[in-house]
Amino acid sequence: MFSSMSLVTLQNYWWVLDSVLGALLVFFFFVQGGQTLFWQIGKNEDEKTLLVNTIGRKWELGFTTLVTFGGAMFASFPLFYAISFGGAYFVWMAILLTYILQAVSYEYRKKEDNTLGQKSFESFLHFHGVFSVLLIGVAVATFFSGSEFRVNDYNQGTWMNTAKGLEAALNPFNMLLGIALVFLARVLGAMYFINSIDHDEIIERSRKQVLINTLLFLPFFLGFVGWLLVRDGFAVGADGVISMVPYKYLTNLLELHFFGIGLFLIGVVLVLLGVFVTVYKESRRGIWFSGFGSFLVVLVIFFLAGLNGTAFYPSYTDLQSSLTIYNASSSKYTLGIMGYVSIAIPFVAGYITYVWRMMNKKDMTMEEIKSEHELY
Amino acid sequence: MIEVFDPSMVNWARGQFALTILYHFLFVPLTLGMTFIIAIMETLYYKTQDEFWKNTVQFWVKLLAINFAIGVATGIIMEFEFGTNWANYSWFVGDIFGAPLAIEGIFAFFMEATFFAVVFFGRNRVTKRFQLMSTWFAAIGSNLSALWILIANGWMQNPVGTTFNLDLARNEMTDFFAIVFNPSASVRFVHVISSAYIASALFVIGVSSWYLLKNRHVRFAKASIMVAASFGFLAAIFVATLGDQSGYTVAQTQPMKMAAMESLYIGERGAGALVLGYPDPAKKLGDGSKGIAINIEIPYLLSIMANRDPYSFVPGIEDLVYGNEKEGIEGVASKMRKGKMAKNAMFDYKAAKSKKDEVGATQAKQMFEQYGNYLGYAHFDNPEELVPPVGIVFWSFHIMVGLGVSFIMLTALFLFYSRNNKLMKKRWLLRWGCWWSLMGILAIELGWIVAEVGRQPWAVQDLLPVKIAVSNLSTGNVQFTFFGFLILFTILAVAEVRIMLRAIKNGPEGV
Repeated sequence: MFSSMSLVTLQNYWWVLDSVLGALLVFFFFVQGGQTLFWQIGKNEDEKTLLVNTIGRKWELGFTTLVTFGGAMFASFPLFYAISFGGAYFVWMAILLTYILQAVSYEYRKKEDNTLGQKSFESFLHFHGVFSVLLIGVAVATFFSGSEFRVNDYNQGTWMNTAKGLEAALNPFNMLLGIALVFLARVLGAMYFINSIDHDEIIERSRKQVLINTLLFLPFFLGFVGWLLVRDGFAVGADGVISMVPYKYLTNLLELHFFGIGLFLIGVVLVLLGVFVTVYKESRRGIWFSGFGSFLVVLVIFFLAGLNGTAFYPSYTDLQSSLTIYNASSSKYTLGIMGYVSIAIPFVAGYITYVWRMMNKKDMTMEEIKSEHELY
Repeated sequence: MIEVFDPSMVNWARGQFALTILYHFLFVPLTLGMTFIIAIMETLYYKTQDEFWKNTVQFWVKLLAINFAIGVATGIIMEFEFGTNWANYSWFVGDIFGAPLAIEGIFAFFMEATFFAVVFFGRNRVTKRFQLMSTWFAAIGSNLSALWILIANGWMQNPVGTTFNLDLARNEMTDFFAIVFNPSASVRFVHVISSAYIASALFVIGVSSWYLLKNRHVRFAKASIMVAASFGFLAAIFVATLGDQSGYTVAQTQPMKMAAMESLYIGERGAGALVLGYPDPAKKLGDGSKGIAINIEIPYLLSIMANRDPYSFVPGIEDLVYGNEKEGIEGVASKMRKGKMAKNAMFDYKAAKSKKDEVGATQAKQMFEQYGNYLGYAHFDNPEELVPPVGIVFWSFHIMVGLGVSFIMLTALFLFYSRNNKLMKKRWLLRWGCWWSLMGILAIELGWIVAEVGRQPWAVQDLLPVKIAVSNLSTGNVQFTFFGFLILFTILAVAEVRIMLRAIKNGPEGV
């Protein structure tokens, strides 16, 4: 099946799969968002512990999705892996640093002799919740705004800006996406609390946070999307030559039909529907609507960056150094082999869902927190 | 042109990789092995329904969780460091190397993430049967992640199933299954995981011995020792018998590493394996001296290990560097000449292509096909650059082997005295068990040094030297992150050890 596909088909297939992982990562940002809400929703130590333990049982899924996204990009578009990670060095290192802090903070937060104290580990979680999302948003926005690098004849890259990637955070377009994601993560985080905790005050406070953060999210998100759709895009011709094309991303959105404008609108409607049913219908299932909606919107954003003859990792200092799914990809053989591997993905998603349902069947309650041995 | 980088930056990049992986491997072995020990105990709980086993599991799970968190934290850096610090490597061999990492994510990491959550928090939420299954899946998942990363590492040691694409100037995968079933990978995987089982068994034995010495949690400690010593003894025997296969694979694919492990400068037929001796500090490459002080050896053993033939020739470092015509070994200088011809052919090919000169391109390609296998050697100026640091490799190897022998003895004694229930009277053994609780981890770190330092100066054996493999960063960039990680990991490791010690002091509940 995969071995008979053309190289171009495989390159598109893998961009779609990488996009799915990227979109999944944003869905799992409910963990990061939740981490920034412990103080606002939890009013005393027990409530805070309940929140930490509720969201803490899911942190590894997002973490693993990031690692798998990295691995899949490495396998499918190794030149991106080389140029972006090796060039925008400090931005990626900063993101990784926040993930290191996350990985230990849940476990060590309440342990005796944890050396740094409970407060430090909680502030690590808060810090990670804001900055990992913000910086990933900024890094993804450079797929549209471009970076400063050059690639030589032997595909060795040189990053032209001495800030090594941190310069991306100074670009207002990039920051719009970063900040929008931070608020979106908080919306999803609050919705996850509502979905899985049986505690009236916590649910009430979470509802309020859903509304506030949606109102904060919308202007940044609309600003980003509006700017994206009017800006010139980095197009790649059939001859592999990169050029600037006006309204490139708007064109992509329309030309991808259902997979562009269609999914995008469905996604936006679902996100808002989730907020609506949470705030006005007292539903506890808002996360499923808004979560799936966020997944679809991010999926389309990735599609706009890489499909339909677009350079997904552009260089604005040297246009022809820009990376496309054609010049950055692995060989046909490797993409084909990895295609067979990808058949396992639905199976993996299946057991994750199954275990999730079993673990979330019972709501989290104060009683459980007080009687449980293993606690974060 | 292919860029050459500042050697001091290359060393800092190597240092950063070594730092992160050495920290990572302080924690990984316990995860690999303790998950199985816990799964065995959980099975005993499921079979007997005795609350004692449940409480026993609970305690070891608590220690596992403390250890697992920092293992994950140090692990995420490893994957991304291939990109951040080894960008040219990532492009040059990414077509081969990326796949196992992606497969690792898809198959292993999600399995770990999903089922560890059940192991840690599922007790009141899932059925006993599903809890049991989850402990086994968590163990299998963590061992699968070791499998794929070691397939990737095995390929760096013995790059099979690949060919050079002249148009893109990179290596490409031609045979996925050759990479998966690479002998260097299989031996490495089995060696690493069984070493991790020993390390975990020693940890469990060490903690339990401490309780016995303090006369605390006696039933718990004895039961834990029984499970761990059985598991550890089997693993120790396995590692020892496998050592032969490891040696053979290294000798066949990386003779220079083999020579460095034994500090063998002058090759010989019927070579003996060293029992007692050390590298002579006065040894200068090319002075013709033996390079080993004292030198008590078992005759023929090295030849048997290296080639399965007691009379065979085992090349020494000087044979490999300067060549040995009699034994048909090509010297580095000649390989470098061929490498430079391959490199020039590659440049000519590129130039001809850009001028649309098809005849010139075809000629250059033919030239390249003749010498392409030596391309990696084009980046060296001096044959002596091909020698890895002999002292580090030699000592790491020999201390590791010595520790390995002690593990067989220790686990055998614990098993023996557990079975006839005389453990409490053998206080010297319990004390030895305490002291040795972290020696398994030390042995693994040393083994890692042998594997990776012994491969120098190559990132990928014979294909890509480390000095070409790095990212185009400044020394200051890498120093900044190196010290950042050093400080951060050290603080976190101190926290981890203190939390762990406190949890051990507090002891298990209900047993």
